[in-house]
Amino acid sequence: MNAWVGKAVIGLIAFVLIGSAGDAYAHKPSDSYLSLQVDGPQIAGRWDIALRDLDYAIGLDANDDGTITWGEVRARHDAIAAYALARLSIGSEGDSCPPRAQEQLIDQHSDGAYTVLRFLAECSNQPRALDLRYRLFSDLDPQHKGLLRLEYRGRTQTGIFSHDHPETRIDLAGSTPLKQFLDFGREGIWHIWLGFDHLLFLLTLLLPAVLFRSQNRWRMVSEFRPALWDVVRIVSAFTVAHSITLSLATLSVIHLPSRWVESAIAASVVLAALNNLLPVVQGRRWVVAFGFGLIHGFGFASVLADLGLPQGAKVLALVGFNLGVEVGQLAVVAAFLPLAYGLRRSWVYERLVLVPGSVLIAMVASVWLVERVFNLKLLPL
Amino acid sequence: MRAGVAVLTLLCLAAWSPAATAKPFLPADDAQVLERLRTSAADPQARELRRLRAELAQNPGNLDLAVKLARRDIEQGRAEADPRFYGYAQAALGPWWNAPEPPPSVLILRATLRQSVHDFDGALADLDAVLRVQPSHPQAWLTRALIAQVRGDYPEARRSCAPLGRLSTRLVAATCRAGAASLNGEAARSFDFLRASLEAEPDADPQLRIWVLTVLAEMADRLGKVSEAETYFRQAMALGLRDSYLLGAYADSLLDQGRATEVVALLKDEIRADGLLLRLTLAEHVLHAPSLLEHVEALRARFEASRRRGDAVHKREEARFVLHLLGQPREALEFAKTNWAVQRESWDARLVLESALAAHDRSAAQPVVDWLTASKLEDVHLAQLVDALERGAREAKR
Repeated sequence: MNAWVGKAVIGLIAFVLIGSAGDAYAHKPSDSYLSLQVDGPQIAGRWDIALRDLDYAIGLDANDDGTITWGEVRARHDAIAAYALARLSIGSEGDSCPPRAQEQLIDQHSDGAYTVLRFLAECSNQPRALDLRYRLFSDLDPQHKGLLRLEYRGRTQTGIFSHDHPETRIDLAGSTPLKQFLDFGREGIWHIWLGFDHLLFLLTLLLPAVLFRSQNRWRMVSEFRPALWDVVRIVSAFTVAHSITLSLATLSVIHLPSRWVESAIAASVVLAALNNLLPVVQGRRWVVAFGFGLIHGFGFASVLADLGLPQGAKVLALVGFNLGVEVGQLAVVAAFLPLAYGLRRSWVYERLVLVPGSVLIAMVASVWLVERVFNLKLLPL
Repeated sequence: MRAGVAVLTLLCLAAWSPAATAKPFLPADDAQVLERLRTSAADPQARELRRLRAELAQNPGNLDLAVKLARRDIEQGRAEADPRFYGYAQAALGPWWNAPEPPPSVLILRATLRQSVHDFDGALADLDAVLRVQPSHPQAWLTRALIAQVRGDYPEARRSCAPLGRLSTRLVAATCRAGAASLNGEAARSFDFLRASLEAEPDADPQLRIWVLTVLAEMADRLGKVSEAETYFRQAMALGLRDSYLLGAYADSLLDQGRATEVVALLKDEIRADGLLLRLTLAEHVLHAPSLLEHVEALRARFEASRRRGDAVHKREEARFVLHLLGQPREALEFAKTNWAVQRESWDARLVLESALAAHDRSAAQPVVDWLTASKLEDVHLAQLVDALERGAREAKR
């Protein structure tokens, strides 16, 4: 064995057992967890960084005793924030959104203690896409990864930063006008399905559409056409009315207190249901639909406001949302009308659908009314 | 199985407890200890690493210094089972890492780091590049042999061990060859040969001895020679070098013998390394220890974190976790099969067979059973499982 080989053999053994098994024994590797919440031009950040990694990078264990205390971390808060935030850049189409450090806390992850660095970044405009560049520890530990979690309008996107992929661009929902339009349309459809009060109001008005009143009794219509016509008038009136108030409220022309609006919506459902039981308004239910539709429009407006309207694309979002509501409504009508028309001949319709249905709706809506007027919570819906 | 369900139920309950939904907090006391580091001013290895790092920072283009530091980092990472040190090693080699033709000394280390994340093809390409320039590089042949062995390519492993006979010490060559041959139809003979080789070199370096003793212990364990395995494990432990692989292998052997109390004693402070925490938790499961739930939850969180970062190196451990601690054989079988596609050591086969048996899925085990027959791998634990699977199949027919 010559000298060169002898030298190679020393140190050889240290490596031999690094088989795959040896590595699966390993600790969790170094990761940081970066969460961003985008709200208009503001981005609220939370960044969890392992104390062990920070100690390696900038030194936390001031007395070098092998333990990191809260006092040692606290003394280095400014240094931690400066070090970390210098390695994260947030931008949006050339506009930079510099992060500013806020307070720091501690969190326990499965592999040890992390500092929780909160920060705020402010862009000059509402970003349509975010350009993120992450370089934390990339010079010290190329195997380090940054796990990104970005929330925007209730949607979560994730990403992974690494030494080889330090940059990412996150398209925020509605980044293109078409996508924005479709997103709001989808929200509109959803709202008809989830906004139970609107659905019930509409159904209540539609229940008598396959019948007509004569000599104080309900009689069935003999043809489909008049029933369809009745439905079209009601739905159109409701649509026109709520579109008017939805637009006025969204464009900030009129503003009504939401508790008042919500209570009035519940009252509208009660009244419509009672009208089916003790008909006051008969032939002109579309007038009722129009009148109460005005109130429902304010309700839609508050939902739309909660979704967060994109600056500069308000009208687009408004039209998209409104059309979505109409699509949802038409789907309900398309399912309801043939069914009701088919069932109308039997006594079942009046005895089991119209009357008990209206009673039930009136009861549920009355509870809503009480809840909303007195700000209580009685029903799960 | 029932215990697994119990653990699962308790886990669901634990998910509601405040501990599982920990929120960031503001420590009340400056003296509160948040983290314990393995290194301190008193630790000579840490001091040397710091000194080398400072020197390299002064001379960033110095290849010898960079290689020396990277090597030390890898050694430390292995001893502590902390992959952060592999990252530090990669950083030390930074200027050469992505070069079109890195020097052989860098390639060897890059191969080691690549195989540590299961990039076996990348690692072999680096080793072959070294061997083209320096055909008699013992480390390159040895690492090549060990990668082939992990992948279950025993003929290739034996071919790569062969040059060590003239390039390295007799004991290194013997361990390499016997290690591969013992999995390839010559279990008993390889064991005797390696035992004799070790006896012939009583003054071998402790780092070499710990490797040889661990290989011998695992051979004995596969042959069912429990007490001999125990003796070798204890001799290796007595050398006093910190070695996470050895700790894990010894714990496995103790767990197989039902000696859970000893496993807890051995690993009670090893909660940082996932693989060792897994074995500790398996022992606590047997003993119904109070810390069981906390450790199951920690493991679950770590596997989840590993998935989030896109790693796939923990499938073997995850299969074992899901099978024995969560009691979900179907899910465990999926992990075990994914893992089997990448690596083929005894434990990889064992987890496929154990999960298939628990999931009553004989056909899922078939490829592994066929492979064991073809490669002539002798292992009493595997043989028992194959028997049990075949018994199950016969009973199903009847």
